[in-house]
Amino acid sequence: MAQIFNIVPLEHFIILSLILFSIGVIGVLLRRNMIVVFMSIELMLNAVNLMAVSFSAHKGDSAGQVFVFFVMVVAAAEVALGLAILVMIYRNVKSIDINELKQLKW
Amino acid sequence: MENLIWLIPTLPLLGFTVLGLGARSLPKGMAAFIGCGMIVAAFLLSVGLAGPIFSGESLSQDLFTWMRGSRWSVNFGFQVDQLSWMMMLVITGVGALIHVYSAGYMHDDERHNYFFAYLNLFVFFMLLLVMGNNYLLLFAGWEGVGLCSYLLIGFWFSNNEYNDAAKKAFVMNRVGDLGFLLGLFLTLTVFGSLNYSELFAEGADLEAYGSTAIFTAITLLFIVGAAGKSAQIPLYTWLPDAMAGPTPVSALIHAATMVTAGIYLVLRSLAFFELAPFTLNVLMWLGLATSIFAATIGLKQNDIKKVLAYSTVSQLGLMFFALGLGAYVAAFFHLVTHAFFKALLFLGAGSVIHGMSGEQDIRKMGALRKVLPVTFIVFLIGTLAIAGIPPFAGFVSKDQILLAAYEHSPVLFALGIGASLLTTFYMFRLLFLVFYGQSRADHHALEHAHESPLSMTLPLGVLAVLSVVGGFLNWPGLMGGNFWLQNYLSPVVKEAEKHHHISHSTEWGLMGLVVALVLATIFLAYQKYISKAAVPAEDANEAGVGKVLNQKYYVDELYDAVFVKPTQALSAWLGRIFDPKILDGLVNGTGTGLVAFSSAIRKIQDGAVGIYLFIFAFGILLLLAFQFLF
Amino acid sequence: MQQILFYILALLAIAFSIATITSRNAMYSVLSLVATFFALAGFYLMLNAEFVAFVHIIVYAGAIMVLFLFVVMMLNLNQSPVNIPRPLLARLAAVVAGGIFGLTLVAALSQTILPTSAESTALAEVGSVRTLGKMLFNEFLLPFELTSVLFIATMVGVVVLTKKEE
Repeated sequence: MAQIFNIVPLEHFIILSLILFSIGVIGVLLRRNMIVVFMSIELMLNAVNLMAVSFSAHKGDSAGQVFVFFVMVVAAAEVALGLAILVMIYRNVKSIDINELKQLKW
Repeated sequence: MENLIWLIPTLPLLGFTVLGLGARSLPKGMAAFIGCGMIVAAFLLSVGLAGPIFSGESLSQDLFTWMRGSRWSVNFGFQVDQLSWMMMLVITGVGALIHVYSAGYMHDDERHNYFFAYLNLFVFFMLLLVMGNNYLLLFAGWEGVGLCSYLLIGFWFSNNEYNDAAKKAFVMNRVGDLGFLLGLFLTLTVFGSLNYSELFAEGADLEAYGSTAIFTAITLLFIVGAAGKSAQIPLYTWLPDAMAGPTPVSALIHAATMVTAGIYLVLRSLAFFELAPFTLNVLMWLGLATSIFAATIGLKQNDIKKVLAYSTVSQLGLMFFALGLGAYVAAFFHLVTHAFFKALLFLGAGSVIHGMSGEQDIRKMGALRKVLPVTFIVFLIGTLAIAGIPPFAGFVSKDQILLAAYEHSPVLFALGIGASLLTTFYMFRLLFLVFYGQSRADHHALEHAHESPLSMTLPLGVLAVLSVVGGFLNWPGLMGGNFWLQNYLSPVVKEAEKHHHISHSTEWGLMGLVVALVLATIFLAYQKYISKAAVPAEDANEAGVGKVLNQKYYVDELYDAVFVKPTQALSAWLGRIFDPKILDGLVNGTGTGLVAFSSAIRKIQDGAVGIYLFIFAFGILLLLAFQFLF
Repeated sequence: MQQILFYILALLAIAFSIATITSRNAMYSVLSLVATFFALAGFYLMLNAEFVAFVHIIVYAGAIMVLFLFVVMMLNLNQSPVNIPRPLLARLAAVVAGGIFGLTLVAALSQTILPTSAESTALAEVGSVRTLGKMLFNEFLLPFELTSVLFIATMVGVVVLTKKEE
């Protein structure tokens, strides 16, 4: 099988994942909708996953891909909990605008 | 017997523990019995060591390792050689007598039991001081006796003046102790050991360790300590004030034992001092100056105990003078005889005070010879002894010091005689004013005047006998003696080389001269205070030199102006300005600053999650930028 | 061929992710994100990580995004003021901050010396189920088991959180 990194250099994978990560950051900062903020976080996690798999393939070490599984597991748990919290907030505040969430200072 | 050395200091400690814990519950008789019993037992145990000591041995007993450094270690152990054995006998012997005396003297005091507890503690520390086999233990005892001195001077602490006296004694001693401590540090640094057995071992080459400068520095620091403890210029002012304590305390601590610790220290460190001729010179002049200085003050004091206090300072000065001259044995000899007759004089004075219902001013006494016959006789013996009338103890020891001075130079001899004659004069002035002439006491005191009980007169009697025969300890060869003490001490203390020998006829001549001068001085005092019946003027009416002497050369005022007042001013400034404004300002400023800062930055924490995310991202950005771009 | 595929997929991934964070409608956001994930799965395949790619599709596109979709539909927020964008300045700040963030990361990359690639023969095995399985159940057994504890805790937490109070 052809070595992928002979065709597309590793740097490009990394830059791609950095771009995706930055878009995730921008999304977190840009949006007021809590769900979209959540999705931006998922985007960041996936950017990291991409990087991990790239390095794994590059180095020939499967550990990086195993890590990706763990990230997925944690992400799944996080999403489940996060959405549950979100639903609770909506029930109480009738809004999921993060600008409305100012109760943290008490 | 030698295995019981540890028991000697332990017994007084045990006494202190029992008395201290049981002070509230023990009956007075029982407390006195325990207090005296422990000291007597310690005395008997000490006597029991006579055999090996007389055969020239040095006993030692290590109990445990006390401290261990990387290159040195100090044991908690005892060493009894000829020097410390003699000190132990004086401490426990005179101590026991004074304990017995105290049983009578303090009988009506409500804190009687505490008094005995403190006295026992003092004896413990004093024994530790002389018995320790290293400088550190000596220092521990040194500090301990300072503590006991403080406790006992301020024993009647409800009187503020007495408290001040106690504090003064403690602070003055502290100054000296600092010097001593620095000397110990220097010793440890230079020699890497504090144990006598290593420092002064037979054939140890101390000179290999350092230059004369090192030894001069160490010994000068030791002298600072000794000057503090033994009340020498410039640290002597605490001793006269220390008379605030009960009279047995003055006798035991401030005359017979504790104040001689400085002399003991010098004798213990002779190997150092002999390598530092400069220090010996300092010691000589310091002692001589103190001796004359204190004696002149003594001429014009009217408090019976103050006179004796200045006399003590003067006699201690004489001992240092002798040490400086190289007459070590004479100095130690005088230490021992002085312990006898000065304890006697103090206890006699205590008996007078006791009989006169607490009166201490000699202007309000007189003609007590008939009222207090026993006290009079012993006081007379003590006075004759200190004045230097043969064959009393003081004569022999003083004569040997003066002889050593003559060997050095006739000028020193003359100055020494001067100090000695001053002593004679004020002691006889005291004697005449208290026991002769017309009674000047008020009727109330006179009616109650009474001789002291047996528990007080018995120790007086014993001390009187010792004051008479004490001189035979080192009876000079000239008069058929064999310098017993000198031979006895020879394993520890070796006399310095004599500069030139004096012929027997010169010696007799000097002795005769001294005695004649002393007798003349006594006659002078007799003339003034008995024939003319002169009575010292009120303090306010003194004038000229008399006033300066009466006011102790204004040394206290000088110290007050130079040290106390500036310190107080500094403290006041610190208390008024520095502490509230600057220190509190710093502390409070930290608080108010934080509060202000918090209320400023709490606006950032508005609870809005969006802002948090911004700051969060920005923080990571900063971290990354810092990590990779710089 | 693969080179062209990579750039097309990269373009798609970036475009969909931008759509995810910009679209006013949360529904479109979710669907764009799903599309992004598919593009990512394409990269995984390209990197010989077939198993990761499939799991990625199943877990992310299949489970997590369905959960998102469900919540979006349940809350029905299409007309909510939450979709009104922030003021222009805030948006500009967000984009600039994110941009600088990305630039910093790229700058960091430019200073990093990447290791040379491993032997090509070993690469084929790296992403296979067999290799991953062996690794997961040997070296990473304890973390693997612990994830199940994490899941239990999450499940309990979610149930407790969403349960309506009596």
